[in-house]
Amino acid sequence: MTWHLHIDSDRCIGSGMCAGTAPDLFVLDEDRSRPVSEHIPEGDERALEAADICPMLAITVRDADGKEIAPRD
Amino acid sequence: MTATDHTPLAYPFNSSRDLALSDAYEQAREAPGLLRVQLPYGEPAWLATRYADARLVLGDQRFSRALGLEHDEPRSSEGRRDSGILSMDPPDHTRLRSLVAKAFTVRQVEKLRPRIRELTSTLLDRMEAAGPPVDLVDSYALPIPVAVICRLLGVPEEDRPRFRAWSDAALSTSSLTAEEFDRNREELRAYMAQLITIHRRQPQDDLMTALIEARDHGDRLSELELVDLCVGVLVAGHETTATQIPNFVLTLLDHPQTLSRLRDEPTLITSAVEELLRFVPLGSGAGQPRYAKEDIEVGGTLVRAGEPVLVAIGAANRDALRFTEGGTLDISRSGNAHLGFGHGVHHCLGAPLARLELQEAIGALVARFPRLHVAGDITWKTEMLVRGPRVMPVGW
Repeated sequence: MTWHLHIDSDRCIGSGMCAGTAPDLFVLDEDRSRPVSEHIPEGDERALEAADICPMLAITVRDADGKEIAPRD
Repeated sequence: MTATDHTPLAYPFNSSRDLALSDAYEQAREAPGLLRVQLPYGEPAWLATRYADARLVLGDQRFSRALGLEHDEPRSSEGRRDSGILSMDPPDHTRLRSLVAKAFTVRQVEKLRPRIRELTSTLLDRMEAAGPPVDLVDSYALPIPVAVICRLLGVPEEDRPRFRAWSDAALSTSSLTAEEFDRNREELRAYMAQLITIHRRQPQDDLMTALIEARDHGDRLSELELVDLCVGVLVAGHETTATQIPNFVLTLLDHPQTLSRLRDEPTLITSAVEELLRFVPLGSGAGQPRYAKEDIEVGGTLVRAGEPVLVAIGAANRDALRFTEGGTLDISRSGNAHLGFGHGVHHCLGAPLARLELQEAIGALVARFPRLHVAGDITWKTEMLVRGPRVMPVGW
């Protein structure tokens, strides 16, 4: 089962928070961040944390059923 | 270029009595390799001045803040600063950051805009009623962020004079001995611990209560981490914004055509604030050195594992390789990915809040007083990590 990572590039300001926290999951291209791979094995807490700490709330994590699981409220 | 080629240059370069960027930075940006510098205390360090190098050092996990605790960190004051969350690397850093991040996201912060707008208007009314000259710092720049962070965190606003003194000392450079610095920190911690006790008894709708909850029910941080996180939010939450408001006003007054353009086109305030964040070099120098965890090449210099690198944000923000006419203030600049809030995991937690406060504060002031001017001698903060007026009399 996999999780799906998405970055809204209109919101992303390239703060480097996600890429600094989990460089194997996120990478900065020029001024914007993108997921290294859109699908990751489920259960990686760092993906949820990265979505939580993004100042622009630009990262969304969805589970295998397409349900949004991060950022968490 | 290697470490042994040159005697380190005395650092910081900038004067603390203006907002200019030292010419030494321009030379450094254009010369190959990194500069070798010596701060008043601690070991010598490499200094990165180019935008690309700055982003690498701040954003790459091969550089560590936590390693600094094991070294004689380059610093401006005798006292050692365990900067709490600012001295941590992931995953420890992420654990604490995720507890406070939600309170400062762009969505949360935007809800505060109406209240901040009302506050700026009330303060401007009071200034008008008092009549010129008025100290812009004490009457406007400081009360705005203080009121906001106090309410958000859960600190009584009437304690402002007490924590202004502590917070000044926390960010001071050479004026305090190590003992004075430690004593000051303990006082601020004791004050915060007292507020935490009160909040434990009577939970409120604020960040302090949420953090207490995370400790007492989630065991996600220690008691000292809780105290230091609250102290950090309080100090960082007002000092820099309070300093940048007069700095931005002074910079706009220095650029009369830009100021009048902003007055005619108030919707430029968003990009104007970004440009001022890029253009105004807030720090007298650079702090928070990053330690290389392995050998790594930065801008043509091989930084060895265990060596510290400082990042001159103000210099990187004017790098011509990244910003067209970097030395020019252009309030309609687009693609302004400045480093005013830093970069990487320590990117300013309060950036969305600071942006909002600066937009509202500068926008309202410019609109209210078309003939705003400096009306007396400016007293500068000296011996502080941040530069700016301590007292700035203005008329209109």
